[in-house]
Formats: sequence, C-alpha cells, structure tokens
Amino acid sequence: MIAAVILAAVIYVIPTFRPGIWPHKKINLGLDLQGGMHLVLEVEADKAVENTVERLAQEMRDMLRKEHIRTLAFERVEGIKIAVKVPDETNIASFDDLLDKEFRDVRVADRTVKDGVLDIVLDLPDKEIERIRQLAVAQALETIRNRIDQFGVSEPDIRIQGEQRILVQLPGIKDTQRAKDLIGKTALLEFKLVDETHDVQSALDGNVPASSEILYETKEDPATRRTQKIPFLVKKRTALTGAYLTDARVQIDSQYNEPYVSITFDKKGARLFERITAENVKKRLAIVLDGNVYSAPVIQEKIAGGEARITGSFTTNEARDLAIVLRAGALPAPVQILEERTVGPSLGTDSIRMGLLSMCVGGILVVLFMAVYYKASGLIADFALILNILLIAGGLAIFGATLTLPGIAGIILTIGMAVDANVLIFERIREEMGLGKTPRAAVDAGYDRATLTILDANVTTLIAALVLFQFGTGPVKGFAVTLSLGVVASLFTALVLTRAVFDYVLIHRKIRTISI
Amino acid sequence: MQFIKPGINIDFVGKRKIAFTISLLLIAVSIVTLIVNQGPRYGIDFAGGTLVQVKFAKAVTIDRIKSGLETIDMTASAVQQFGHAADHEYLIRTDTATTAVEGLAERIETGLKASTGVDAETRRVEMVGPQVGKDLREKALFAMFYSLLFITVYISGRFEMKWGKSAIVAAAIMAAVYLLSLFNVSIPFLMLAALIVSLVVFWFFEFKYAMGAIVALIHDVTITVGVFSIFDKEFTLPIVAALLTIIGYSLNDTIIVFDRIRENLRKYHKEPMMTILNKSVNETLSRTILTSGTTLIVVIALFVLGGGIIHDFSFALLVGVMVGTYSSVYVASPILLAWQNRRK
Repeated sequence: MIAAVILAAVIYVIPTFRPGIWPHKKINLGLDLQGGMHLVLEVEADKAVENTVERLAQEMRDMLRKEHIRTLAFERVEGIKIAVKVPDETNIASFDDLLDKEFRDVRVADRTVKDGVLDIVLDLPDKEIERIRQLAVAQALETIRNRIDQFGVSEPDIRIQGEQRILVQLPGIKDTQRAKDLIGKTALLEFKLVDETHDVQSALDGNVPASSEILYETKEDPATRRTQKIPFLVKKRTALTGAYLTDARVQIDSQYNEPYVSITFDKKGARLFERITAENVKKRLAIVLDGNVYSAPVIQEKIAGGEARITGSFTTNEARDLAIVLRAGALPAPVQILEERTVGPSLGTDSIRMGLLSMCVGGILVVLFMAVYYKASGLIADFALILNILLIAGGLAIFGATLTLPGIAGIILTIGMAVDANVLIFERIREEMGLGKTPRAAVDAGYDRATLTILDANVTTLIAALVLFQFGTGPVKGFAVTLSLGVVASLFTALVLTRAVFDYVLIHRKIRTISI
Repeated sequence: MQFIKPGINIDFVGKRKIAFTISLLLIAVSIVTLIVNQGPRYGIDFAGGTLVQVKFAKAVTIDRIKSGLETIDMTASAVQQFGHAADHEYLIRTDTATTAVEGLAERIETGLKASTGVDAETRRVEMVGPQVGKDLREKALFAMFYSLLFITVYISGRFEMKWGKSAIVAAAIMAAVYLLSLFNVSIPFLMLAALIVSLVVFWFFEFKYAMGAIVALIHDVTITVGVFSIFDKEFTLPIVAALLTIIGYSLNDTIIVFDRIRENLRKYHKEPMMTILNKSVNETLSRTILTSGTTLIVVIALFVLGGGIIHDFSFALLVGVMVGTYSSVYVASPILLAWQNRRK
C-alpha cells in the first residue's frame, strides 16, 4: 500500500520536471509564479435591459407612425420604462390594439384614463428583465471567450463568478494592455446616417445641431504610420445596431479584387436595413464601432435580403479583424474592470526562486535538527518528511491544483508541522522506554497513544484549511490546497509510513535497541 | 539528545496570575491600537485601490518617483521601498481604483523614466474596485466565522464526548447569527456575538475544554491582529489565510496539552487539579518546544528569504506561532483550573 502511494506520487510528479514523459499534467503554476493577468469584470447588465427597452421604444414609435396613431407624449423614463400619452377614444382603441398585436410581451405597469387621455407606462416583466440580464452575462462570457481564443492564450480560465461578474485568468500574458483592450472593448456596431444638411466645419466650430453629433474616423497611413482623424457629422439616432447580425465574413470583391466584410442580418434586422436603405438612397450611412466611424459608404440602392457589405479601403488583415470583432459579437452590455492583478514574468520567476530557496533552507535546517535530536529515529522522520513533500507535489498534480506563492508557504509550513506527528510519537516512545518497556512494546505503545492526539490536532488544521478553500480566491485557495494536502500527507507518513519502518527494523532485522 | 529531561516539573500554572496579566495587557494594547488606528489598516484587497510595484535599474529617490507620478496625473497615497534596498523596488499605492486609465503600466514607466532618468519596469499591478474590496472583506470574515464555528463544534463534541450537545452549540450560534443578521448587524459584530454566544453555551453545558481552547484562540488572533496594527502593517487576503492557519496551529497545540490532561486526570484522579495540569504541561513541554521550534525555523526561513510579497504573511505566522505556543501553555490550561476553583 505504501509503495503504491509513493509510486503514484512519483508518476504524477515526474511530468513537472521532465515534461512530456507521460501524458499526465504537470503542476500548474499560479499567476503569481508564472506571471499573467487576473481580471474580474462586471457586466453592466442593467445596460442590456435599457438597450432592449430603447430598441422596443424605437420599434413602437415607428409602428405608431405607420399606423397613424397620435400620441401627446412618448418618452423613456428611468431607463427601463416607456411612458406614453394617447388622446381620443378611437386613438386609444387602436393603440391598445397595437399593443395586443405587436407587443404582447410588454407589461403594463400603470394605466389611467383621465379626460379622454390615456396615460400608460410600459415596462418589461420581471422575469423578462431577469432573463435579459442573465443572457447578457452568458453572452458576454461567450464573446470574451471567443475573443481570447482568437487572441491565442494557452489555458485561459474564463468563468462566470456570482451573478454578473466574469473572471478571466490569462497565464503567461506579457502584453497585458492589448489583452485588456481586446476583452474590454464593447464592439458595439451601429449604423448612423450622416447628417448632410449641415456643414461639418461649422459643427466643429461649435454649431452642432441638436439631433447630430461629431464622430471621427481614424485612419493610419501604413507607409508613414501617421494617423489622421476625419470628422463626420452623423445623426444621433442609431438607425440599426450590430445586435441584428448573425454572421460576418471576409470576402474578396471579384471586380476590384478588394476585401470587404459581408454581414448577414437576422429577419428583423433585414427588414430594418431594407427600410433604411430604401429611404436614404444616395445618402451616406456611417458604420460606427464603439463610437468610431469605420467607413461611411453612399447607399446606392435599396438593399433587401438581409445581406450587406462593409466596404472601405481595407487591407485583408483589417477586414479580418473587423469580421472577428463583429462575429465574436458586441458585448451585450459594457463591461467594467473591477479587479485587476497583473504579475510580470520576471517577478514570477523571482518569486519561485525565493520560495524554493526558503523552502530548501527551512527544510534542510529541520532535517538536520531532527537527525541530531532523535538520531536514527530522526532519520526515519526525515525520510517521512521528504516523502511528505513528494506526496504534496503528487497531490497537486493529481488534483490539477495550482501552486501559488502562498502555496509554497503552505508547503514550508507543512514541513514545520509535519514533524509534529513524529515528535509526538517519538516523545511517547521515549516516555515508554523510560518506564522500562522493550523497544518493540515502547514503539507500539507510543504509536497507539499518540494516534488519537495526532488525529485531533490535525483535524482542526484541516477544518481551517477547508474553510479557506471554500472562501478563498486565487493564491489563498492555493495555500489552502497545499495546507490540506500537507495535513493528509503528514497523517499518512507519520501513522503508516514511519510505523512500517519501525516494524521492519524491529521485527525483521531483530534490532534490540532503538536509537531515539 | 534531549532538551527537557523527563520528570521535569516547572510550575507553569502557578505563574498563571503573571501570565494572565501579560495576556490581558497584550490584548488591551491590541484593542487600544486598533481603536486608535480605527481598525486594522486594510490593504487594497479589502479597501480597494491600486498598487503598482516598480523596479528601477538604478537607485532613485522617492521624491523623484512622486514628481514623476504627478506628471502623469497620478496622486499616490504612498510610495515606499519594497524588499531589499539593493533591488531598487518600490510600491506605489493610490486609494482609487484606476479602472478608467488606459495603459497604466506604460504611462508609469515613461513618466518615471522621465523624472528619474532611470529605466523603470512595472512588475506588478493590482487594482481592486471598491465593490470587490467589500465583497472580499465579507468573504474573508465569513471564512473566519465558519472556521470558528466548525472548530467550536468539533472541539466541544470531541473533547466533551457529547456530540448531541455540540450540535446544540452549533444551532445556538447559527440562530444567534441569523437573528442578528436580520437587523443588518455588521459582520465583525456578528462574529463577536457568535463568540459570546458560544462561550455562554459552553459555560451552561460546562464545556471547560472547549472554553479553554476558544479563549486561547481569541487571545492569539487578537494579539496577532494587534501586532499588525502596532507595526502598521496592511491587512490583506493572505493575512486572513495566515490568521486561519494560526487558529489551526494554536488549537493543535492546545489540543495536545488537553489530551494529556484528560489522560492524566484518569490516571491520577486523586491528585489536585493544579498538580495534574502542571504535570501534563511539563510532559508535553518537550513536544511543544520541538514542534514550535521546527515550525519557527521554517517560518523564519520564509520571513528572511521568501521575498517581499510574502513578507507580511510570514510575519503574521511568526507572531501567531509564538503567541499560539505561549497560549497553549499559559492561557488554555489555567482556564481549566479557574473552572475547577469556581466549582469549589
């Protein structure tokens, strides 16, 4: 049994030092040891709800216009509600009719009729809001995962934490800023009509029309590497967003041999796009990504079928990047970095070096001390101690746990505490021998009487370690893992292993005296 | 080799008055410094903020670093040397979480290069937003609370051999915490309440061992936190881990002494309590010194050689191991005696 445990530990530890010998995983190093980045992002899920309501409001407004339903007021309140005032009985009737037909999932939060005027407040059912929020987080996770996959990080760890947080761990990342940009970019695609009735120059001078805003296109000349900012005066109102996209691919224009991005809208998006293009032929439509104009092509004709092209003077790479961002999708809501921990690779290497150094020094001192104090029995304890470390390392590998800097501290602490069990036993043996027992009887009695004490003492440490594991994050968790493994390993080495050694020496080698 | 000869009999328990005075004094000092410093100084893990570790190629002055930070519109709340002076490493802290700042590392590097004329390398950036800081603080306190709860239950069950009653202890603590949490009491007070409740329940059930162990534990944690406060060291997540380890370690020590006391109580039931206590502490003294010694050896190795990042962590362990060893001899056992005297 002992041989099997040791063998298993050795098998699992070896890949750490000689990678690729067999297919077992090596011990994972934490971010603090190999360098890397730890991010906690918060998805502003409320924003996703607001966006949904905004879209709904826009749709409703369009419908009202189409059906010639008159309203006295139509506004969004508190971000997530729509307040409408509708006059006249017939008007109210057709409004209600419209609500029943087209907006079945909208909730009526408040409805009063006074002096023939309907005052209605609409919002979304709580369940629906909850669904949107959850979807936003799940979608954000998926989007970020997609982006990181394309960024090329080995063994990233991306997961949802709590209700609307996303944990991202990127080991070994050096260019942290680039990674942060990639993850944090909302990549919100918007189509906005260019305001051609007003002059860009006068807008730049401060006369921005109320319904318009200035956005810039940033162009970099690949030859001179100089960037140029081209101002555009565009309508504030977003004609269409990337939310309706189902696909984005790079294609090559057969006529001019230029790359363009072909995008596909879903049914709703296709309908909207068709209408926008039909109404604005010969006008420019700005394609805006996160507030920056990508291109502003002139609409040549009404585009039906839900397919569109984003053309521009793209290089193939630029087109590909654009397609990637569009395909990976916009984050359904902006994300905010709540926590960031970046450890440079050089610091990680230093940490390993210092951790291992203190481990060696501490370990050697303890080993020497035990050998001096308990002589031959001390050597048995030392043997147990070394196996202990091996077992912890094996345990780390088996469970795929992560070794962190506090984890190394945990091992070091275990070294100190691992001898405790042996000390307890040895002191007992000495006592029993002092009472005049034979070595064998003394060893038996020593182990018997110390066992319960050792168990009691270790269970409490194990409790503390397990709680730490449950509540800890990152490096602290690593510490808890090594501490727990250390406790279990030292129980095994002290109660099973050294006992076996003593039994072997005393029974099979027939040694009559015991050096303790 | 033997440090402690068999049959040694030091009168530990007889010195309990002196020990209690020292302990009470230490606890009082800890609490006073905590009050004066308005609680432990939370590191960015708990308070939120930004921490940047910068390594310079050559020696620089802190003033230069500060002026360099000003040029990039960063107001550092503290700039301090980190690790060994020969490393030219500095920690820069700000109170605010600079989420919005793009390219912080690069900006700091260029800003500091401009002001000091020495190449700077950003080795570590940690930013914790206020919300996360609050969450981490709560989590850490919950960790302390649950480990206390489980350990309390384990000790009362294991030592008094009354698992049924220990379940009642757990239920009482949980009920108290639940009731108080209805009134939105902050977590430190919840913990305090839980401790008081458990002590009262121990008193009621006459769980003297559990009482001794818990008092020793409170003693150790309070003093360690107090020492941190005295040295104005920061309270971070790893320090909480260290405290929990100290709890485990201190109990470990206490339990071993208690085990021996129970054994000796059966063996020499005619002897007075004081003699048995002294005998038990003396019999386990050799083990206490050895284990504390080896643990201290490695903790000191960690403290001296482990590098700046775990310096405070190993400092906490260092203090905790020493206090824990002391308390298992001078605090936990005398409480048993005090209990005995009370009943006469």
